Amino acid sequence: MSVDTATVKRVAKLSRIAITDERAESMREELNTILGFVEQLNDVNVDGVEPMTSVVDMEMRKRVDEVNDGNMAADVTANAPAQEDHFFMVPKVVE
Amino acid sequence: MTELVDVRTPNPKNFFPGEDHDWELVIGLEVHAQVTSNAKLFSGASTAFGSEQNSNVSLVDAAMPGMLPVINEECVRQAVKTGLGMSAVINKRSVFDRKNYFYPDLPQGYQISQLYHPIVGEGTITVQVGPDKAGKFETVEIGVERLHLEQDAGKSMHDQHPTMSFVDLNRSGVALMEIVSKPDIRSIDEAKAYVTKLRSILRYLGTCDGNMDQGSMRADVNVSVRKPGGDFGTRCEIKNVNSIRFMGQAIEYEAKRQIDILEEGGSIDQETRLFDPVKVETRSMRSKEEAHDYRYFPDPDLLPLEFDDAYIEEIRASLPELPDQKRARFMEEGLSEYDASILVSDKSYADYFEKVAEGRDSKTTANWVINDLLGALNKAGKDLDNSPISPHQLGGIIDLIKADTISGKIAKDLFEIVWNEGGDPAKIVEDRGMAQVTDTGAIEAAIDEIIAANPDKVAEVREKPKMIGWFVGQVMAATGGKANPKAVNELLQKKING
Repeated sequence: MSVDTATVKRVAKLSRIAITDERAESMREELNTILGFVEQLNDVNVDGVEPMTSVVDMEMRKRVDEVNDGNMAADVTANAPAQEDHFFMVPKVVE
Repeated sequence: MTELVDVRTPNPKNFFPGEDHDWELVIGLEVHAQVTSNAKLFSGASTAFGSEQNSNVSLVDAAMPGMLPVINEECVRQAVKTGLGMSAVINKRSVFDRKNYFYPDLPQGYQISQLYHPIVGEGTITVQVGPDKAGKFETVEIGVERLHLEQDAGKSMHDQHPTMSFVDLNRSGVALMEIVSKPDIRSIDEAKAYVTKLRSILRYLGTCDGNMDQGSMRADVNVSVRKPGGDFGTRCEIKNVNSIRFMGQAIEYEAKRQIDILEEGGSIDQETRLFDPVKVETRSMRSKEEAHDYRYFPDPDLLPLEFDDAYIEEIRASLPELPDQKRARFMEEGLSEYDASILVSDKSYADYFEKVAEGRDSKTTANWVINDLLGALNKAGKDLDNSPISPHQLGGIIDLIKADTISGKIAKDLFEIVWNEGGDPAKIVEDRGMAQVTDTGAIEAAIDEIIAANPDKVAEVREKPKMIGWFVGQVMAATGGKANPKAVNELLQKKING
């Protein structure tokens, strides 16, 4: 598997990463090197092997349905670049 | 993507008129139902509606670095319960995936959802469409493709500031069940009946409050048109429709729009559209197009969700009586299909009815609940939860009719008094002298007086027996409507015709 420059630009856009044309070009080369390296895994026969989801054999931990968090609007919004009255403020987005 | 299969036979009743020929609508619905739970799907923050902005937000919901999701077991139970209520396959192993997109109300940059292995698989919802003019319902089976658990996003407000949007994350991370139907729906009425029935099932189960005003239930509506019985057409998806009425309007507008394009020789672009309830139209949401590449992958923060048969059976054993079962029982107890269908259509109706019907005639009770109470509530724009008349009071009125204390006609007046002023029906009847006169002596006296004053009418009645109605009216007027109509009739017959 390999990617072309257009794919690199599209993925960058979907990830909201701004890149120049030159950077996209060098990024394509870097990504293809990585993909080529990872591709070696395809040599391993995994027929009938379930995907491993955890290195330890355990069940997912669950929480009980209890409200024991929240009520810290000031803390939650403390690091926001812009906030007013505990609302986050972002550049206007309207459909 | 699963292959689309057409399981319905085209029915001209459902067709949509076109220029040269009729069109058939094909509709599929994705309903997002907020799971009833105290805490969110993966955090311990509250799900309460209408709280101060960002107060029901934990550091997990705000996606602070290093925070990890831990699933709420109640949300799992509610999803399984809902699956069982739709006779659906329950998957003992399901997996959470990340759906990646950027939006200011989605702090993680992805929504935790279930794409490849949902918790619930195929099921069925049996829908009653109607009633038609004859009071009959058509029963239609609508397939459910799947139900999966996912996180809700936060809420943006655009009208608070000239250049900025405000974001409140209280809803961020609240558990949703996305219930996806198969493309089995063929008309606006069927779509409405499907959502109504689904809402009713959720409310009976207690897994979602079904409150569409507060956004607890919203639907994405997929609409396409085709020649009746032909191949499926290209569909458009109308996002986030939040009332059953709007859904009907959105489908109607969208069907006409698509038919117009096709009749002019054009073709439909598959796209996401937005319904504007003010202008009653759908509009393209071009911005959504590119975002459609969601790059799903299994969420590495969460292990697969697994449970055993015993867990499912324990939940199955706790299921309440569902609308279909209740309707069948009501019909066995003597109600018509119409009455039973109306009463089970909303859990609050059925609960109210059953409280009143306890120890009383079910047919009479159904008439009062449906015709009088629901009628009056509808007129007043109120719902049953805010009824001015309690089940106990309505029961009291019915008891007074049953005991022949008041006539059916007086009962209507009594109903209005209780509606407006409240109080104990029996006491009102006593205090205001509304009890009907069963004392034949008093009725006889009134009859004698009227007969004596109207000899011409007496002669007329002997010619035309139907004229007796005039006398009944006179006697009722003379007794202030309190005479027992049956006694009046009998006595009149005896006195006039000997």
